[in-house]
Amino acid sequence: MSKLNMVEAINMALLEEMERDNRIVILGEDVGREGGVFRVTDGLQERFGPERVIDTPLAESGIVGTAMGMALNGLRPVAEIQFDGFLYPCLDQITNHIGRIRNRSRGRFTCQMVIRVPYGGGIHAPEHHSESPEAILAHTPGIKVVIPSTPYEAKGLLISSIRDPDPVLFLEPKRIYRAIREEVPEGDYTIPIGKARLIKEGKDVTVIAWGAMVREVFSAAEKLRGDNIDVEIIDLRTVFPMDIETIVNSIRKTGRGVIVHEAPKTCGLGAEIIAQINEKALLSLQAPIERVTGFDIPVPLLKSEHYYLPNPKRIVMAVKKVMSF
Amino acid sequence: MGLFEEYHPLKGKMFQILRPDGTLSPDIEPPFSDPETFNLYKKLLFIRLADQRALMLQRQGRMGTYAPIWGQEACQVGSVYTLQKGDWIFPAFRELGATWMMGVPLMNIFLYWMGNEMGSHAPEGINVLPVSIPVGTHPLHAVGVGWAARLKGEKIVTIAYFGDGATSKGDFHEAMNFAGVFRTPTIFLCQNNQFAISVPRKMQTASKTIAQKAIAYGFDGIQVDGNDLFAVFVSTREAVEKARSGDGPTLIECITYRFGPHTTADDPTKYRTEEEIEPWRPLDPLVRLRLYLKGKGLWDEDVEKSLNEDAQREIDQVVREAESVPNPEVEEIFQYVFEQIPPQLKEQMEYLKESLK
Repeated sequence: MSKLNMVEAINMALLEEMERDNRIVILGEDVGREGGVFRVTDGLQERFGPERVIDTPLAESGIVGTAMGMALNGLRPVAEIQFDGFLYPCLDQITNHIGRIRNRSRGRFTCQMVIRVPYGGGIHAPEHHSESPEAILAHTPGIKVVIPSTPYEAKGLLISSIRDPDPVLFLEPKRIYRAIREEVPEGDYTIPIGKARLIKEGKDVTVIAWGAMVREVFSAAEKLRGDNIDVEIIDLRTVFPMDIETIVNSIRKTGRGVIVHEAPKTCGLGAEIIAQINEKALLSLQAPIERVTGFDIPVPLLKSEHYYLPNPKRIVMAVKKVMSF
Repeated sequence: MGLFEEYHPLKGKMFQILRPDGTLSPDIEPPFSDPETFNLYKKLLFIRLADQRALMLQRQGRMGTYAPIWGQEACQVGSVYTLQKGDWIFPAFRELGATWMMGVPLMNIFLYWMGNEMGSHAPEGINVLPVSIPVGTHPLHAVGVGWAARLKGEKIVTIAYFGDGATSKGDFHEAMNFAGVFRTPTIFLCQNNQFAISVPRKMQTASKTIAQKAIAYGFDGIQVDGNDLFAVFVSTREAVEKARSGDGPTLIECITYRFGPHTTADDPTKYRTEEEIEPWRPLDPLVRLRLYLKGKGLWDEDVEKSLNEDAQREIDQVVREAESVPNPEVEEIFQYVFEQIPPQLKEQMEYLKESLK
């Protein structure tokens, strides 16, 4: 088994799935000859040809709208949107068509497809390249939203997403595309969609995160160990459908919680998680749940980006606050 | 010279076979035998009466908001009549005629407009998508289905129906562009009915014709008399044959006129006068076909009366059936969103059931 980063793990998942199922096609901007701007689809066009790994015109709504048509006619498209900020033109197709077609045709037409999007900040990118739109997507009926946090997770979750009968938005935390290496087995394995991962057990406080924020939570937990605070860490993995059971079980145990996300605070998924905890485990709470999030502002350019992104220091502060309530 | 060369959009000619007085353009043979023409007239009439009935049902509070097709029957009958089993259509929301011609029962169509999603469940084997209400967003799906067919080696054709307003949308441009680049077997069938709700055609685009837009995308476009069943059929047949043999997409601009309101919620007197409509009346696709059939000795008032009675009887039956479909159960609004109902939706569904007790 070799140690891979997330880019390599996703590439491996795509390659193995395309070998297994010839209905799978990849389409997007620069995904073919160039192998994608992040090299996620590197080598796939050479292997599978330009009819299965397709360089499209520069038109995001066109990419996902035609991908939906391909899915209606039995292909299994995996569309790539080059950067998070360019997903917005697709929201019409995603909201009005892709997420609805099964329901509005009462099951007559379905749309098995994946839209991969590198997302989030922290790579000193230009404007419109650091967005975290997961709450918008989670709020959209009929689609699933999956966010991996490590290379191993990325491969297993992507395979599940490709095989899932419903449309999946697969958000890839580009900040950790190459930051983590871990053992990723060759061959088939899946990680179920809709199940969170309890990464580390702890007795004092539950910290919930996803994507690139999981690594920040780990650093914070290390620091907190010095203060004798034992953190339980949950990687949400799927933001819709959300694994509320795992969250609630953990809160029932620890009585305290912190939610970390990069997206803006107002109406972010942290708010939904708190509401779910209040509905199902209010009496277990020893303190109000804290949120460590981005702010309700456009993500700043690189000179100020560090102000915006949640970091271990802010997570430690939040944990200490809930511990001392 | 091929049809698309002869009627190249920049030549400024509209393709017409059946003239408004019911006679044929010189040197052009009608595409149908007399019995076939008569049979197609019956279909046009049935669609018009079904459309009128839908309007009436809405006025009586028995149907929701409805978008009537009055005047556009020939565009829809003529184009669908060129298709084969396995072909696909992607309607906008004014396509009762095309949808029914594809073999979707009128019952389904009425059921949908009465507010039941089950109406959009086209019978298996009939590839008609549900109506697409966000204007101009669905031609992309027609391109995608056609593209997939090409990759799979299927010889099918897809038709996207839309109006003049849709051509202003970004997704229309993206669909045309993708279709051109990947040579998908797609027909873009624009029913230019002169209005997008209240905004006239000339306010949508400074292009002289909509057909000429095809030139920019590298494929054929043609302007056709959309109230001429023969011309719509012949031009679409040409486009369909071309698409099926791998020679890519075509844009057909059917010049027609929406005699009715945009929808039952619209008041067209706000934006057009009776004098404005008057010149279009003699161009009505049914009027014209009647004159033609009359010339052949196949139509008179008695024939019309009997066709009317037969159609109305059939429509009565459909209305009875549609109105006797029981209202959906609570489960139905949850169970089709995903293949399996996720826990959150299950919880919400149980709550709703409880609240209804």
